[in-house]
Amino acid sequence: MFTLKRKTTGEAVFDIVNNLIMLCICFITLYPIWYVLVNAFNDGNDAMMGGIYWWPREFSLENFEAVFQSPGIMLAMGITVAKTVIGVAVHVLFTATVAYALSRRNLIGGKLYILLGTITMFFNGGLIPTFLLNRDLHLLDNFLVYIIPVMFSFFDLIIFMTFFREIPEGLEEAAWIDGANDWSILFRIVLPVSMPVVATIALFHGVYQWNDYFAGIIYINNPDLQPIQTYLFRVVAQSSSNQMMVAVQGSSVTKSVTSQSIKLATMVVTTLPIVFVYPFLQRYFVKGMMIGSIKG
Amino acid sequence: MENKTSGNGSSAMKPLIPELIETGTGRKSPLWKRLLAQRHLQTMALLGVVWMIIFNYIPMYGLIISFKEYNIVKSIAEAPWVGLEHFREFFDDDELANVIRNTLGISLLKLFIGFPLPIVFALFLNEVRSLRFKKSIQTISYLPHFLSWVVLGGILATWLADVGIINNILLALNLIDKPISYLAEPSYFWTIIITSDIWKELGWSAIIYLAAIAGVSPEMYEAATIDGAGRFQKMWYVTLPAIKSTISILFILAVSGVLNSNFDQILVLRNSLNDSASNVIDYYIYYTGIVSSRFSYSTAVNLIKAVIALILLVIANQVSKKINDTSLF
Repeated sequence: MFTLKRKTTGEAVFDIVNNLIMLCICFITLYPIWYVLVNAFNDGNDAMMGGIYWWPREFSLENFEAVFQSPGIMLAMGITVAKTVIGVAVHVLFTATVAYALSRRNLIGGKLYILLGTITMFFNGGLIPTFLLNRDLHLLDNFLVYIIPVMFSFFDLIIFMTFFREIPEGLEEAAWIDGANDWSILFRIVLPVSMPVVATIALFHGVYQWNDYFAGIIYINNPDLQPIQTYLFRVVAQSSSNQMMVAVQGSSVTKSVTSQSIKLATMVVTTLPIVFVYPFLQRYFVKGMMIGSIKG
Repeated sequence: MENKTSGNGSSAMKPLIPELIETGTGRKSPLWKRLLAQRHLQTMALLGVVWMIIFNYIPMYGLIISFKEYNIVKSIAEAPWVGLEHFREFFDDDELANVIRNTLGISLLKLFIGFPLPIVFALFLNEVRSLRFKKSIQTISYLPHFLSWVVLGGILATWLADVGIINNILLALNLIDKPISYLAEPSYFWTIIITSDIWKELGWSAIIYLAAIAGVSPEMYEAATIDGAGRFQKMWYVTLPAIKSTISILFILAVSGVLNSNFDQILVLRNSLNDSASNVIDYYIYYTGIVSSRFSYSTAVNLIKAVIALILLVIANQVSKKINDTSLF
């Protein structure tokens, strides 16, 4: 008799090979990051000799001390945190508000609004006209350039709208009887039951805000307003190795760190927060990606 | 305007939602009354419309500077018309051939290598039996997506440095006799771009396929097993057809984006030494526009790119509609 459960030899070989391939992929994914980590936790001068592949040779926290004692790096980190927190809050609330209106099928002019938005997904003015607009709006060297030009996205609106339309109408009708208006329904009923999609959009926009360096390059000249990614870009891409040492001058630990070791430590510090957050939001963004891909 | 709430029974009730008032009488009340009734909703929608007019449509109007000689002292409307001069200048530029070669070269490599790999990864990950192992691999595979290109640029610079791990290994194996400066050599640039792009996005791009695969009913697999299908046959005849429409849609988008380079990535990894292999159209637009302040010229190049992208999107959409009944619009 033929049974479904029994594995044939071929099946068993397939499973073993497949699992090995998957382990290889995990290794290839993690090792480059691990390499940076162990070098960042190693004494800077010692690391210059190379050969640190698996574990720090001379364990040291001085690179991180230097990073946390550098006013320039800390200021840039502060800008990044501020633009991420404020940017996410504004983007989610604003986009969700517009999406709620557009999700209502009886909205007068709804089709026109959706057409207007759809066009923006496939065609835009591009780099220079956008730059000139932001300049005319006095957003150059202005913190708000990180927030206002990206506070709305029609793509994200579609994800919100799709989700809002699945909410049972009974929920809202009960609130209507209590005399609530659209604003209180949105903020007191619709948004609280839409936390999965809020988490998805917040994560997407948060990653964008945290990782973007380009706005800091073209709109910001004032070094006190640049986010950490722009700061790192100027060090990495322009390979001005002295810049990192200048940044930590005056701190007490300059003897054992090098520009390279501080660069690695800064990379670790900028990346860790996001790496700790995303696994907890995983179940939300998978669903968000699905809605986005079907409707987008 | 259709209204779905005026079903049986509800017509006798007083309408609960103000903007549905017109269904209560069976006749439409005047437009201004209906607008007034949904003033809160209209306010919400108009917030978005005003934002889009300012931040999407005004820049679209700004595209007319491609046909003008714009400079900082005059406004866009005051700038004198120059017709197609900027377009002509672009087609006469010696750099044009190089820009097209780099843009298409990198994009087509990404399309033919970077596009299928996540599908293959998703197919094989789906065959992993242990659920916990599968979840762990998935979580790990997303990780690089969350790294910024600046940080990844830093990692690559470390790896590819003269004293970096790649040179150390190749020297130890006697495959090279002196270190190679990979980022300073144009001939390595495309390889670095494609490889790092795959490393960063493989797991993330597979999410959509995995989610689509999760929707396949287990009975399909059981039926295939009874019919004597092996693992590869099940992948080919059950899993792949289930994600075909997802693949089509993503392929349409990938084709229409063939002129888009990943600008964040290019800007981090390019330098003056590898310029002959790294000057793509997006960088050309950035350089002429932002670095050299040739606003009108840069915008003209951008306009050409945008129009071609739109045409590609329509063509890819039509082809997909014909071949497998899936389309974006």
